Amino acid sequence: MCHQSIGLIARALEAAGITTTSISSAWSITQSANPPRAVFTDFPLGNTAGPPNAPEVQLDIARQALELTDTATQPGTIRPTGHQWPEPWKDEARELVDHRTPRMDTPQYERESDMVAAIERHGEALACEACS
Amino acid sequence: MAMNPPDDLDAVDYIQVTRDSYSSLGYAEYRWADNRAEPAAFVAPTKPLSESKVVLVASGGVYRVGDIGFTHKDDLTHREIPTDAPTDELRVTHFAYDQTSAKADINAVFPIDALHTMADVGEIGSLADVSLTFMGGIYSQRRLGESLIPALVDRVRELDADLALLVPV
Repeated sequence: MCHQSIGLIARALEAAGITTTSISSAWSITQSANPPRAVFTDFPLGNTAGPPNAPEVQLDIARQALELTDTATQPGTIRPTGHQWPEPWKDEARELVDHRTPRMDTPQYERESDMVAAIERHGEALACEACS
Repeated sequence: MAMNPPDDLDAVDYIQVTRDSYSSLGYAEYRWADNRAEPAAFVAPTKPLSESKVVLVASGGVYRVGDIGFTHKDDLTHREIPTDAPTDELRVTHFAYDQTSAKADINAVFPIDALHTMADVGEIGSLADVSLTFMGGIYSQRRLGESLIPALVDRVRELDADLALLVPV
């Protein structure tokens, strides 16, 4: 869904006259949403911009994405970056398992302390609808 | 034309996986946006990369400590992360992807360090003052188009960015 949202935003930005480029790890979704340009990182979802703590790979991916604004000649360009994930992962990605967590309609935080910080700055009514 | 993946890539077809998964669970089929027959607008850059101001737009649910977190139900708001915000103050919240990597290194979904490096060595001209983030697991394409998309387009314009780098998860 994220890949779809990003594809639609890229199209809208470009229609507004702003050059865009994207990174994608979900070829079919990007192909369907059809943004102007994307590089493809063939990684498990959650690593679009590169594996964690691999700054050189991340830099190369960002560089390839930005350079695509110079080299792509037509809308709908999707270009593989050539980087490969170090371990097998695709069988698991193709399993029909719903990994989604329940979609809560109140603000969610990575850590409890983040919620405390947000309440301090924005007040409980905004930062933690479930608190009161 | 939106390009098909090269066969030798063996790319995971997440549209098919989602269709099969929903069907096996008895859920209604999700109707993905299908613009394959409608090429996007295509704007050639007006400046070389080395003179361009770049804005990062990322959908992985990234926020900074002190920000209000995202809800997971078609949250149509965005956050603005100052470009110089320390990465150890950046967090993620999302219902649909494995956040193990992002929690270990936010750059896995928000490549701000790479962009800083490119700005430092002059490969790009500069970075916009803020990056724009949201929780991209939005099911309603209509509401996305009515609310979040116009807000992001306005902000990218106001930030005077020449190029937008978009990173989904």
